[in-house]
Amino acid sequence: MRKLALTDEILMQIEKPARYIGNELNSVVKDTSQIRFAMCFPDVYEIGMSHLGIQILYDMFNKREDTWCERVYSPWPDLHKIMKEQNIPLFGLESQEPIKTFDFIGITLQYEMCYTNVLQLLDLAQIPLLAKDRSDGDPIVMGGGPCSYNPEPIAPFFDCFYIGEGEIQFDAFLTLYKRMRAEGRSRAEFLHEAAKIEGIYVPSLYEVTYKENGTIDAFLPIYDDIPAKIKKQVEMDMTGTVYPEKPVVPFIKATQDRIVLEIQRGCIRGCRFCQAGMIYRPNREKGVERLKELAKKMIDSTGHEEISLSSLSSSDYSELEELINFLMEECEKRKINISLPSLRIDAFSLDIMQKVQDIKKSSLTFAPEAGSQRLRNVINKGLTIEDILGGAKQAFVGGWNKVKLYFMLGLPTETEEDMRAIPELANEIAALYYETVPKEQRNGKCQITISTSFFVPKPFTPFQWATMLDPGDYLGRAKIVNDHVKEQLNHKSIRYNWHEADVTVLEGVLARGDRKVADAILYVYEHGGFFDAWHEYFNFELWQEAFEACGIDMDFYTKRERTEDEIFPWDFIDCGVTKEFLLREWRTAHTETVTPNCRMRCAGCGAREFEGGVCFEDKN
Amino acid sequence: MKIRIKFRKWGVMKFIGHLDMMRYFQKAMRRAHIDICYSEGFSPHQIMSFAAPLGVGITSDGEYLDIEVNASESSEASMKALNATMVDGVMVTSYVRLPDDAKTAMSIVAAADYRLSYKEGYESPYTTSQWKEIVQKHFTEQPKFLIVKKTKKSEREVDLKPLVYQFFVEGDENAPQFHISVSTGSVDNIKPELVLSSVYEKCGLVYEDAAIQIHREEVYARDENGALIPLCDMGEIIY
Ligand code: SF4
Repeated sequence: MRKLALTDEILMQIEKPARYIGNELNSVVKDTSQIRFAMCFPDVYEIGMSHLGIQILYDMFNKREDTWCERVYSPWPDLHKIMKEQNIPLFGLESQEPIKTFDFIGITLQYEMCYTNVLQLLDLAQIPLLAKDRSDGDPIVMGGGPCSYNPEPIAPFFDCFYIGEGEIQFDAFLTLYKRMRAEGRSRAEFLHEAAKIEGIYVPSLYEVTYKENGTIDAFLPIYDDIPAKIKKQVEMDMTGTVYPEKPVVPFIKATQDRIVLEIQRGCIRGCRFCQAGMIYRPNREKGVERLKELAKKMIDSTGHEEISLSSLSSSDYSELEELINFLMEECEKRKINISLPSLRIDAFSLDIMQKVQDIKKSSLTFAPEAGSQRLRNVINKGLTIEDILGGAKQAFVGGWNKVKLYFMLGLPTETEEDMRAIPELANEIAALYYETVPKEQRNGKCQITISTSFFVPKPFTPFQWATMLDPGDYLGRAKIVNDHVKEQLNHKSIRYNWHEADVTVLEGVLARGDRKVADAILYVYEHGGFFDAWHEYFNFELWQEAFEACGIDMDFYTKRERTEDEIFPWDFIDCGVTKEFLLREWRTAHTETVTPNCRMRCAGCGAREFEGGVCFEDKN
Repeated sequence: MKIRIKFRKWGVMKFIGHLDMMRYFQKAMRRAHIDICYSEGFSPHQIMSFAAPLGVGITSDGEYLDIEVNASESSEASMKALNATMVDGVMVTSYVRLPDDAKTAMSIVAAADYRLSYKEGYESPYTTSQWKEIVQKHFTEQPKFLIVKKTKKSEREVDLKPLVYQFFVEGDENAPQFHISVSTGSVDNIKPELVLSSVYEKCGLVYEDAAIQIHREEVYARDENGALIPLCDMGEIIY
């Protein structure tokens, strides 16, 4: 058996030693390999192990004979402290060997609040935090995932980024690496060549100049032979592409302790606040026969007791009914639970939910995102009051009495009336319950939970031009909602939760930040801040101190009005969806007009250039 | 049909706690296509129970779990199916059919054998022969061996002599191994490290948890005559 990187003594004194020992079912151990790749998720094991993207890439890399891909997650603060004190280098879970000896360190960037954990990984790995300080012996540090659609705030920490879906360019990338290593070429030479591969962004090869007002003047490659625009990579063959038939099964309970079937990528809807809905365009479905085959194989290879569908909007999957009927039959045989997130509430979904879950315990989920129809038109959320009340009514008749409602506060053009519409909608749903269900048939009171988060404008969305508020103003809006909840007739049936405002503002700075912001992230990490995604570790004062010390004005990134012709830090990425389209949508939003979804009418967003998916349905 | 499964747990698997081992076996049953019985309801769970939870850090050759199945392949085929889907560090070593009226292992556990040894990097304060003498003098020859047993709520004095069935030392001169058989179960549950650390104290030594690897060798129940028999000997091999 392998020797562990940590001694028994250490493992016995930390929380959940199983996070660090590897050996999970379906994890891949190779004797040796030409290319060693550390696939890192900058958060704790239970979160990272639940991430589908890593499982896909892990499987894809390890299918290559010349590559051994291992997993790495952020050591929890208890172990972090010990590793620092005893100078123990961060290791791959499979080999238990220090990742500083590997060829590549790939870090997936799923949310902005993990940026300090990126530095933690590099620090514990004993690799220089800044790309410019690394030398030929150090691994190539690579970033990917949704946050790499604006990599600028963390650009100085990375040697390169992969923009887009991982299935496409790694063959070319690793082949180039092997060739150049055999030729004895330097790190700088390799990165220069890699920058010519479509989708690979090497930040050190681009120079940014700024205007006097702090916005970008120009963003240009420093060599003539590398592209000025980086093109997003997209897997157009969802059915034929790789998928982990034998995903790794953790010993400890991960956040997603289940089989995940990715039924489609992208979304036809085009909500104007939603980054995923834009950057994963066009919508592409996986064939239903392939999904059936995968489901069977994955049940046998994992033994999981639950299966779940992954997509941005499952109800839009065109063969959903066939898939679910198949799963219900198969899961009944093998005694497996089915979990169905992101389903629109209608007769079909209620029928299924009645079959697969205990309605006494489960709740209905609606995400109207905005309380008033006016504001829902602004954000292009197609859900109408009729949809919500109609769905709720059928559900109440079916026996449900718990409803969860999700909204955002701080959306562009939001007025007090829009805020007050949130409790009013909840009240209307509660009233509908009491009206619909006769007293003797009620299973207790109706329970409505309202949750609001604060809206953060993201790159590559129509709202990328939007301004944000101060933390106090966000909380003020939550207070308006809260006060108005209390004024509702059915307020005893309504509960209200809201998010924190400090994190929102910081997320806003990091989401639309430029390279200058990197100094503050470094400052925070060097002053002991990390695990910012965890409430108990998030320290807003430290971040404020950092921005001050680095001479960075947070308001510049959050509250400043951006003009329509401003060059954004992320404009060098071509994600298919054009800036003209986004601007058009930004303007349409202000006219409170809905843009039809991709299946109703193509809005000409630009993603057609990928030549497939929803843009070509019924057309070939 | 009631089935009793015995397995070994070694290496890095000692860091996987009891509840996670249960989850592990639930998934393994499904992978191995064991026709296990489920409870009724919306989230059915398998009819499965473990004999005696093993603490984190302890390895074992004698772990037990009882399950109920609708039907079963032969013991050999079932073990093969399970072992084909085990991780490194877990191996099924027995699969037997219990009488239909058998009580669960959990409710009948009476004793367990342990072997305690020094981990790599730690040295014994005494040689094996010296330890033999010490155990003889301070434990075996004493009519009583009183210790204070602390729980969260109370402290009470306990005589270990009737609860420790065997205690002897073996092994190379500089690598002593302590063999300790103790009363186990819901009534008098004695941990082997309590026995050894009490002897350490009697000699004026400080017992260090980190120095000792605990290994469980077997778990027993009492038969109708009151004799201790290994849990797996209570069932029949399925052919
Ligand atoms: S090009 Fe048209 S159909 Fe294709 S993703 Fe864009 S809006 Fe939808």
